[in-house]
Amino acid sequence: MASTLTREQHLELYYWMQLNRQLEEQMVKLFRQNKVVGGLYTSLGQEATSVGTAYALGPGDWIAPMIRNIGSLLVRGFKPRDILTQYMARYTSPTLGKDGTSHFGDLKEKHTVSPISMLGDLIPVMTGVAMAGRYLGQKIVAMTWIGDGGSSTGAFHEGLNLAAVQKAPFVLVVENNQWAYSTPVARQVPLRDLADRARAYGIASYIVDGNDVTAVVETSRQAVERARGGDGPVLIEAKTMRMQGHAQHDAAEYVPKEMFEYWKARDPLVLYEKSLNERKLWTAAQKKEIDARVAREIAAELAIAESGPFPPPELAEQGVYCDGCHTISADWKRPKEELMPPRASVNPNWTVGDFGALENGAKSAARAVANVSSREQSGNGDRPAPAAKSAAKPKAAKKSARAKAGR
Amino acid sequence: MNVAETTYLEAIRQAMFEEMDRDPAVVLMGEDVGVYGGAFKVSAGLLERFGWERVIDTPISETAIIGAAVGMSYLGLRPIAEMQFIDFIACCFNQITNYAAKSHYRWGAPAPIVVRGPSGGGVHGGPFHSANPEMYFVHTPGLKVICPATAYDAKGLLKSAIRDNNPVLFFEHKFLYRRIKEDLPAGEYTVPIGKAAVRREGADLTIISYAAMLHTSLEAAAELAKDGIEAEVIDLRTLLPLDRETILASVKKTSKLLIVHEDTRTGGIAGEIAALVTESAFENLDGPILRVTSLDTPVPYSPPLEERFLPNAAKIVAAARELARY
Repeated sequence: MASTLTREQHLELYYWMQLNRQLEEQMVKLFRQNKVVGGLYTSLGQEATSVGTAYALGPGDWIAPMIRNIGSLLVRGFKPRDILTQYMARYTSPTLGKDGTSHFGDLKEKHTVSPISMLGDLIPVMTGVAMAGRYLGQKIVAMTWIGDGGSSTGAFHEGLNLAAVQKAPFVLVVENNQWAYSTPVARQVPLRDLADRARAYGIASYIVDGNDVTAVVETSRQAVERARGGDGPVLIEAKTMRMQGHAQHDAAEYVPKEMFEYWKARDPLVLYEKSLNERKLWTAAQKKEIDARVAREIAAELAIAESGPFPPPELAEQGVYCDGCHTISADWKRPKEELMPPRASVNPNWTVGDFGALENGAKSAARAVANVSSREQSGNGDRPAPAAKSAAKPKAAKKSARAKAGR
Repeated sequence: MNVAETTYLEAIRQAMFEEMDRDPAVVLMGEDVGVYGGAFKVSAGLLERFGWERVIDTPISETAIIGAAVGMSYLGLRPIAEMQFIDFIACCFNQITNYAAKSHYRWGAPAPIVVRGPSGGGVHGGPFHSANPEMYFVHTPGLKVICPATAYDAKGLLKSAIRDNNPVLFFEHKFLYRRIKEDLPAGEYTVPIGKAAVRREGADLTIISYAAMLHTSLEAAAELAKDGIEAEVIDLRTLLPLDRETILASVKKTSKLLIVHEDTRTGGIAGEIAALVTESAFENLDGPILRVTSLDTPVPYSPPLEERFLPNAAKIVAAARELARY
C-alpha cells in the first residue's frame, strides 16, 4: 500500500518535527540562562512519535499529552509561546503561571486535556472523554500517551481495562523510550514488547518504529480509525529512545554510551531528511525554507514569551472554584430523546452468553485457542500497512503458537 | 402537598432520579449500581428507566471510575460516581485530590462530578466499611464536601451537588439510610451548598455537629433541657466550604462551644472550628472549646468496641454539663 501522505503533508511533518526540536533547543538555552523556573523535560529523539501520533487525529478528536509531547501540542495548534511561557511561569502562559511545563490544555478549541505529574491518571480520564464523546454522538477518538515506566501504574490497568470493557474509542500510545528516569525498561516490565500488554485487555495493538515518522503516522491513522469504528481501544507501542536525562539536571550517566550511539544513528530527524531526499519529496531549497521559517517563528515566539510579565501575587488566591465563571454545556450530536425515558428505558437484566463452565476441559481449551486467534484477526498485534515499512512485527502467528503451547 | 415519610435513602434516590429526568447530561457510574441497583439499593430502578448508557456498571476500579467521570465532565456531562462504601474512596484519592480538585485552578477546566457513597459507623461494619473520610478532602482546596443529616437535606443538597460546577463529595451516612424519614415536599427544591442550619435554638451553649451525630446531639440537647441547660444545635450540612457566619453568630450568642463529630479526634473538623472561633470570637468565649469525637483508632468491629469508639448522647451530655459550669 502506498503512503497515504501527500508531498505537502510530508513537508508538514518535517516542519513540526523541526519546530519541536528547535523549540526545545531554545528551551535548553533558557534553562541555562536561569529563565526556566523549574525543571526542563525534553523529548530529544522522540519527536517522530509525538508529531506522528497527533498528526493522525482529526480536528474534533481529543488528546492528553504527557510532559514530553511538545510535538503533539504543536500539531494540535498550540504556539511555541504557550510552552515557553509555561516553563518561564509567566502570567501570559495558558495556566497564568499556576502550573508549568506541558501541564495545560484547552477544552473548547483544541480539545486538549492537561496532564498531571502522577503517571497513568490520564488513561481513565481519556477513557471518560472517549465514553462521553460516544454518548454525545460525536464520533470522536481520544488519545493519550504513557511511557514504559508509567505503564507500571495501577491507573494504567484500571483505565485501559475500563476502556476495553466499554469498547471506548480510545488510543493509547505507549511511548517506550527505554528509560523511566534512571530505571531501564526491563526493570519496569518483564516483556520485550509492551504491546503484549494489550492482549491481557483483549484489545488491538500495534508496534511501530517510533523514530520513523511516516510509519508512526500510518500506524496511528489505522489505530485511530479502528477505534473510531467502534471496535474498542487500540494500543500502539512506539519504540524510541529518550536521548537526554529525565530532565536537564540529569546527565543520564546510567545509560550505556553504546545505547546512545545506537539510537543516535536512528535520529528521527536525520532519518526523515534522508528519506525525503531519497524519495525526492523536496528540494534543498524547500528544506532551507522550512528551516528558516522554524528559526524565524521561534525567534518571534521567544520575544513574545520573554516580554510576558510574571503573574500578580493575588492571583494565587483566585480560581480554586468554578462559581459562575464557566458555562458548562455539551455538544450534542444525537437526539437527547434517545437517552431519556421512555426511549432509554430497558429491561434491567444481564444477558449472560457464556456460563464460564469448565466441565468439558478439552473443548473449553480448544475454544480458548480459537478465541485467541479470532481476536488476533480482529486486531491484536496486527501488522500495519506495508507502507509503514519499519512498523509492526508479525506477532499473531507467534502468539497463537505460544497460546497453544501453554494449554 | 407533602409526600409522606420518605427515608434518607429514598431521598437520595429521588434526587438522582429527578436530576436524570431533568438533564440527559447526568449519568451514574459505579460498582453494581445498575442491574443490582447498588449495594444499598440507592440506585434501584435507575437502570430500568434510564438505560445502559446512563447507568453504568463498572469494573472494581475506583481510580478508573473517578478518572472517567472527570473525563466525561470535560465534555459537558455531569457524572455521579458511586463508591460502594465510602472507605474505598481511598483507592482513588489521587484522582480526586490531584486530578479533579486542581483542574479548575491549574488550567481553568471545571470538573462537575459528584462522588457519593455510604460513610459512617454504628452498623458494625468494621475497619473497612465504617469510615468517615471527610477530612482528607476538607483539606483539599477545589473540592466541596457535603454531609447531610436529614432526608430533606440529602435530596436538596444532592441536587445542588449535581448542578454544581465543581467536584463535590457527598458523604451519605449509612446509619441514617433507613432509620430516619420525614415528609418531603412533592415539588422541586434544592438546598444551597455551604449553609449550616440551626436545628435547635438555645442560649446556654452551642453544639455543632453534622450527619448522624446531629441526631445524637439533639438527643443530648433534649436531655440537657431537663436540667435547664438550653443548647443551640447547629447542623453544618456542608464541611467545605464551612459556614463561618452561622458558627460565629451562634458562639457570639451562647459564648460556649462544644463540637461533636463521629470522625476521629485528631485532625477532625472540630480542630478547624476551634481555630476559627478563637481567631474571630475569642472575646466572646466564656469557657474552653470542647469536643466529643470518636477515638483516634480504626473503627473496631465488635459491638462493645464500636460503642466505646463512637460518641453517644451520654458523652455529649457529660461534656456539655462540664462546659455549662463556666
